[in-house]
Parts: sequence; structure tokens; C-alpha cells
Amino acid sequence: MNGSEGLFLTIRLARPGFNLSVLARLPPLGLTAVFGRSGAGKSTVLRAIAGLETEAQGEIRFNGTVWQAGQGRMPAHKRRIGYVFQDARLFPHMSVRRNLEYGLDRAPRQPGPTVEDVAALLGIGHLLDRRPATLSGGEAQRVAMGRAFLSRPQLLLMDEPLAALDQPRKAEILPYIEKLRDVAEIPILYVSHSVAEVARLANHIVLMEEGSVVLAGPAHTVMADPTAAPFFGVREAGVLIEATIVAHHADGLTELATRGGPLYLPHAGRAPGSVIRVRVLAQDVMIALRKPEGISALNVFPVTVTRIRDGDGPGVLVSLASGGLDLMARITKRSANALGLRPGLSCHAVLKTVAVDPSDIGAGADGPTG
Amino acid sequence: MTVDLGPLWLTVKLAAVTTVLLMLFAMPFSWWLAHTRSRWKPAIEAVTALPLVLPPTVLGFYLLILMSPNSTLGGAWVSMTGDTLTFSFTGLVIASMIYSLPFAVQPLQAAFEQAGLRAVEAARTLGAGPIDRFWSVALPMARRGLLTAAILTFAHTIGEFGVVLMVGGNIPGETKVISIAIYEHVETIRYAEAHVLSAILMVFSFMVLLVVYVSNRQGQVSLR
Repeated sequence: MNGSEGLFLTIRLARPGFNLSVLARLPPLGLTAVFGRSGAGKSTVLRAIAGLETEAQGEIRFNGTVWQAGQGRMPAHKRRIGYVFQDARLFPHMSVRRNLEYGLDRAPRQPGPTVEDVAALLGIGHLLDRRPATLSGGEAQRVAMGRAFLSRPQLLLMDEPLAALDQPRKAEILPYIEKLRDVAEIPILYVSHSVAEVARLANHIVLMEEGSVVLAGPAHTVMADPTAAPFFGVREAGVLIEATIVAHHADGLTELATRGGPLYLPHAGRAPGSVIRVRVLAQDVMIALRKPEGISALNVFPVTVTRIRDGDGPGVLVSLASGGLDLMARITKRSANALGLRPGLSCHAVLKTVAVDPSDIGAGADGPTG
Repeated sequence: MTVDLGPLWLTVKLAAVTTVLLMLFAMPFSWWLAHTRSRWKPAIEAVTALPLVLPPTVLGFYLLILMSPNSTLGGAWVSMTGDTLTFSFTGLVIASMIYSLPFAVQPLQAAFEQAGLRAVEAARTLGAGPIDRFWSVALPMARRGLLTAAILTFAHTIGEFGVVLMVGGNIPGETKVISIAIYEHVETIRYAEAHVLSAILMVFSFMVLLVVYVSNRQGQVSLR
């Protein structure tokens, strides 16, 4: 990474009962999820980056351009950002097409996707002549995404774009966000408090709590970091694994290649060669000191204990490494003691096949098929 | 009976000129009021609303003092134009603008606050500068408030009496508007003429309010 590439920010903002102090450097490409509980300051950071939060102090630089420093601020409309709000905020007095053209008309003339391209990408081609008031929540949010993307932004900011939608609508839109992430040659900053969304979409994760950044890094590193587990919730703690589909076997299982060896899961529905992302929850990983035999589980990896972290309750999180593959197991303290687990110990991680939930199978670099 | 329709035309002219000028002032002013975080905002809003509660005679009295050739403002006007502000059509327009100010500002401010701010923020992120987003988003979204403000200003000016009496007097063709004419007819016990002009005002006012309510209703329907 070049020193001036990407987004660099130091933001301070004080409000009664709330102190924001964020120092972060974000990579120049990929989707960075800003994750944290409600009230952690995620949206405020996003608004400050966009230039919408006039009270924010500090410095913001993007790809070498200064957006804010000292008293100097570049106005929001000159920052060339795309912003997707939680509420779609379409212009009610314009057709969907005019909404999509609004940012495009004001962007510098440069080659890029047309209204038709983006409408096709987001599945809103049949809506172009409609008025925003006649759209469903999911349709409106897709139009809002298209409108932001068509303004030829250098950085796309998405502020919990799914939070106002019900579960079926979320599932409807997630594949489109993946598509956008994969075709957009710009970094995306995505605010969310949903572990499932972050696990599925993020290349990088910034973890925030009470106005500060707790942890930041590549998604698989942050997800596998035991210190992050309390933020995701013990039931949601787990690792992300990038895997390549090797073959679909006749018995309905799909074989995947990972950095730690082959992984089997129920039919994944993607062509061999595709890269997919699977999530393995810590609570679905067991530890055995010797290679288990006579066991129904298909996925057993020889691993080394790298770290043991006590939780508040009776459980501990055990970090495990197998070649380049990180795993996490959530077991009881009693079991950890009985097994004599300690860093450096070699043992085996047992993944129940069901631990790889097909709904957690996210798209890799080549976009979803369904 | 011959009814002099001169006051009617003068009234319509006064209302039209007042409405156009007041809307030109009220649009940016309401926009600013809707956005400002100034601590003076409540005071400015209160001053703007004063014409709603003050008796027109009080307003007219102060305007008379302010516009008289002996005052700073009235004197400056005389030295610039050679005309007095009091007892002139120009003076009436200024007085009417102040008198109708809340009727223009309040619907507009409400419309800007209600519909515009979030969408205007979206326009900012889409590369629209301040004037651009005012014309392309804020104003079209506030168009019903704009219509309401214009109609109310026009109608309110038509019905003006006390302020006109104080600063305009009763000069035919210059300041003798319809309400003054009706008052004069009643004073001189010419009820037939008073009836005609009153009926015209009555029907007109009803039509105006009908237009406002019908357009509001259509607006609501089209939002579904």
C-alpha cells in the first residue's frame, strides 16, 4: 500500500454523554465494515468522512487529497463520495431514472457505467419510469445504491443500508451489495451492527466501541481474534475461511480446498473453481488431543493451539492454526483444563459438517450465481 | 347604482405585486430559518409571527411612523424618489409585505423542514452545491408549501384593511382598495354598492380556500 493511498482519518467530536475519538487508516480497495453496537459512533464517523458532520474536528485525507484539516473543510458536494443512507432518501418529485441521473449529471465527465448498466446490475431496470413513492423498501434501497454508485464516487459510504428492512428484504439485497462490491473499483465503507452482514461482505473490519476503534484489520484476522468475540457475541464468534470449490461429489457433498486442507460441506451450488467464503462458528468446533477415529464428523484438521482466552462465563475461546488456516473453538474451562490445552500444543479440530451453514456461504470474487 | 370597480383592480394589483415580491424574499429567508442553528432563531421567528397577533392598527401605526417623510427611512425615500412612502402605492406594497410575512414564511419553512432536509443532504453527497440543491431538490419538494404560501399571501393582502387605512388612506387609484371602498360605502349608507363588493370578496375568498384545500388533498393522494 502506497503511503498516501486509502483513507486516513483522525476525528474527534464531543457531545454530551458521547466522546468520539477515531484514528484509522483504511485500505484503498475492498469493503471495510465498520462494526459496533448502536451508539458506538459508527454513523457519526461515516458522516464526518462525508463532510456532513460539521462539528467533527481533526483530519481526513483520501488518496492524498485533504478533505479536512484544522479549520479547512472541503464541502461535502466536492468530495466525490457516494452515500447510501439507512432511509433511501430518493427524490420523490423525480422518476427513478432521474434519481439515478442526479449524481451522474453532476459528476465529472469520465467513462464509467451507464444508467442502464447499473440498473441491470441492481435489477431495477423495470422500475426506471416509476416514482419513488411506488417502490418497496428493498427496491428503493437498490435505487439509492445505484444513484450513489452512478455519481462516479471515489469512495462509497453505506450507512446500515439494510437496517430499516425486514429479513426477506435483507436477503434480497445482500447479493446486490456483493455485486456492487465486486464491480466497483473503489473502496466501500459499510456501517453495520449485524455480524451476519459483516461476515458475508467485509474484506476488512473496523471494530468500534463507545466512540473508539477497538480493533481493525483484514476480516478473517479480526473475526478470528478472540478479543473481538465479545463484540460479535459468543454465539456469533467464529472464523471466515476463503475456500475454492474443487468438486461436487455424487453423494451431495462439495469438496473445497482451504489453506488448511480439504473441507467438505453440503452441496454449495457453485461451479468448481469458484472462490467462496464460509464461516465456521467457534461453538461448532470441538478439540481432540488425538486424531479421532470412528467419528461421524468429516472435517478434522490437525492444528496447533495458538492462544487461549478466558471469557466471563464458564467458556474459553481457543485459537487454533492449521497451516494458513485459523480456527476458533469455544469450549468450557473445565474441558480446556482436562485436555491440558496450552499454546503450542498440537491437537485436532473437529468441525461438524453442519457447522458450515449454507446460509453463511457468501460470494467470492466472481459474484453469486443465484 | 353604479359600482366603481377601480378599487377591485387596485386590490388585485396590490395583492399580485405583494405576493411576487414577498415570495422572492420569503423563499431564501424561510430556507435559512429552516436550516439555521443560530441562537437568534426563536427571536426571529417570533418577530416574523408578530403580524399574526398584533391588531393591524398597531402595525399600521408603527409603519406610518417609520415611513413618514420625517423619519429616517421615509426621509431617505423622499430624497431618492421625490415621493412619499405614506399614502402611496409603494408604501402599501411594503406594508402589505410585512403584514403578510407570516403567511408566506410559515408554510414555506414548515415545507422546507418537513420534506427537504434529509433529501437535501442526499443531494449534497451527490455533488450538488448549495444553490443547485435548493433549486433541484428543496424547492420542488416544498412546492405545495410554496403554493400555499403564495395563495395565502395573495388572499390575505386582498382582505387587508387596518394597515391600509393607517398608512395608505383613501386615495382613488393609489391606495383605495376594496376593503376601504366597502367601508366608505357603508359609512355613506350606500348598501347596494357595499353588497356587490362584499359579495365579490366573499366568493373570491371561498374560491381561494377551496383551491388550497383541493390541492392539499390531491397532494396527499398522489403520495400514496
